[in-house]
Amino acid sequence: MTLVSGWGRFPVVDSDVLRPRSFAAVGEAVSAGTIARGNGRAYGDAAIGAARTVTMTGFDRVRSFDPATGRIRLEAGVLLSDLIDTFGPRGFLPFVVPGTRFVSIGGAIAADVHGKNHHCEGGFGRYVDSLLLRTGQGEVIEASRDENSDAFFATVGGMGLTGIILEATMRLRRVETGWIRERVISASDLDAAMRALEAGDAATYSVAWIDCVARGRDLGRSLIYLGEHADRGELAEGADAFPVGKDSRLSVPVDLPSIALNRISVRAFNELYYRMGARRAGGSHVVSLYPYFFPLDSVGDWNRIYGKRGFLQHQCVIPQAGARAVLGEILDRVARRGDASFLAVLKKLGQGNGILSFPLPGYTLALDFPVKGDILNFLDEIDRLVVAAGGRLYLAKDARQSRATFEAGYPALQRFNAIRKSLDPAGNIRSKLSQRLFDEV
Amino acid sequence: MTSRKSVLVLGGSSDIGRAAARAFAKAGYDVALAGRDVAALEPDAADLRARYNVEVGLHKFDVLDTAAFESFVGALPALPEIVISIVGLLGVQQDAESDLVHATAIMRSNYEGPALILGLFAEKFLARGSGTIVGVSSVAGDRGRASNYVYGSAKAGFSAFLSGLRARASRGGVHVVTVKPGFVRTRMTEGMKLIGPLTVEAPVVGDAILRAVENKTDVIYVSGKWRLVMLIIKTLPEAVFKKLKF
Repeated sequence: MTLVSGWGRFPVVDSDVLRPRSFAAVGEAVSAGTIARGNGRAYGDAAIGAARTVTMTGFDRVRSFDPATGRIRLEAGVLLSDLIDTFGPRGFLPFVVPGTRFVSIGGAIAADVHGKNHHCEGGFGRYVDSLLLRTGQGEVIEASRDENSDAFFATVGGMGLTGIILEATMRLRRVETGWIRERVISASDLDAAMRALEAGDAATYSVAWIDCVARGRDLGRSLIYLGEHADRGELAEGADAFPVGKDSRLSVPVDLPSIALNRISVRAFNELYYRMGARRAGGSHVVSLYPYFFPLDSVGDWNRIYGKRGFLQHQCVIPQAGARAVLGEILDRVARRGDASFLAVLKKLGQGNGILSFPLPGYTLALDFPVKGDILNFLDEIDRLVVAAGGRLYLAKDARQSRATFEAGYPALQRFNAIRKSLDPAGNIRSKLSQRLFDEV
Repeated sequence: MTSRKSVLVLGGSSDIGRAAARAFAKAGYDVALAGRDVAALEPDAADLRARYNVEVGLHKFDVLDTAAFESFVGALPALPEIVISIVGLLGVQQDAESDLVHATAIMRSNYEGPALILGLFAEKFLARGSGTIVGVSSVAGDRGRASNYVYGSAKAGFSAFLSGLRARASRGGVHVVTVKPGFVRTRMTEGMKLIGPLTVEAPVVGDAILRAVENKTDVIYVSGKWRLVMLIIKTLPEAVFKKLKF
């Protein structure tokens, strides 16, 4: 047995970890309580098997690529970073990227990850045409919108619980450059932030960084980043059409002591960040896709900032109608508490793809908290606000929500479980997350 | 005959072989992969074609079948610019201490086979007046250790062969690179206790080989830390060394 944890380093639990070298060996590795794991960037317990975890990063081959259409077939362990570095210079990028590029294709499908363009272009699963799935029952099936469509829509956003994704065929976006034309808007409070995001609906990419320690009149003050793909004509003379993605030069070498993150350091950081951003507000400028999409990737092992005990991310989505009031209430409670970390993220989402996909039309708010004190009780209180507003939590980030919160947020769970049962009657595929939230006890 | 640069990777299905093939294909080289099981190389060939739009050839090659070496080289559609030998067998030291068959397999896979095949290519390259030969040896060849001296001694022989070949071939326009990777997280080292800061991933080795070829470096330790570690290990007096447990 090996101690395993997600990116948030909470919880840390025992699981048998296997690294198969062939698809046949993947099949043989499945036994009671198995889940697939990509690059381990899910924050909580989603990619930890109830008994056994099967690491898929060794499967990193591209099977075929058609430069005429941008269609690509790949093994599930290919990382988005690899895809971007390889096909970016050839004029192709994934349609959807989350906030880190170090996730596997299989993981991106299983979590139906969303990017800064979800409000207009949808989630990762929308650009997946078909999947090769090894079910818990032992079959290897091809699933698409037309063929085995139940399995397809349950696998997109299904957190790996329909089986092990072996390969996927997806479409890439044709781009002229690897640069983004960015416009920064500063918003002095939550109302202004939400207005700016509404006005940014027409932008391909939009996201807001909220200062979650600002209180009172400043509550919800934010920087909103809008983005469009830049074409060649917008680049400086002599600039490469595709920027180089550098390995992070900065890296957190050790777990920081918990004292490092405190009211004063976070407040000072956020003040500085907000002021620097506000100074750039107004005009537009061209930035490399790497800092635009993946700001945190520039600091290696940034999860160590939270110390040994790890951290929790709380990411909820609140339906459009009640969003303003609930977001205001959540931010106020967080600001009063004062120990949320650095910057929070607010963005608009559209309709999800998969049966268990996280997105729904409304606003999503993501906050990080170090694991300490009464944080679990505090987040339970926040959950009650989310549930009352008809919202839900993102499973790829979750490590602690209750069954009641989960069931209230995901009404399609019964349909999902029926499909899961048909693919895996013996219940071989189980993660710590599924045990915690919805497997029969 | 193609005018593009080409590289032949012997041991193409190993993790380092795949990584080296990717690094060279990314830099625009056409690639030939050679290994015992050609069918098993097909997915890697497809990967290189799809990623980098290069030509990829596949060839059957068994490092223990030395009798077939001349016909192997003769049957290649063209003589590559660069040949890289990544073949090797770590084996199990304890078994090799009493099992002569196992010990022989380790010695032949790490020394006899790689040296003979690269020697053959060296003659062809010298006749042409150009080419680069890359041998992946090991830090284990720098000094025999109690825990793996069968493997280490074969790698030591291979390193000495490459060093001598380099001295001779350089006068004929042929460059020889010796690669000492140190700990690499691969199938070969799976389950072994590796020291984190001294361990690299296979792609790091692939990129280092490409750089060494392009910069005409003679000997590379993939992680610079290994040069220091091995310097210390090499300079320890034998009286002290034999008492160390590692």
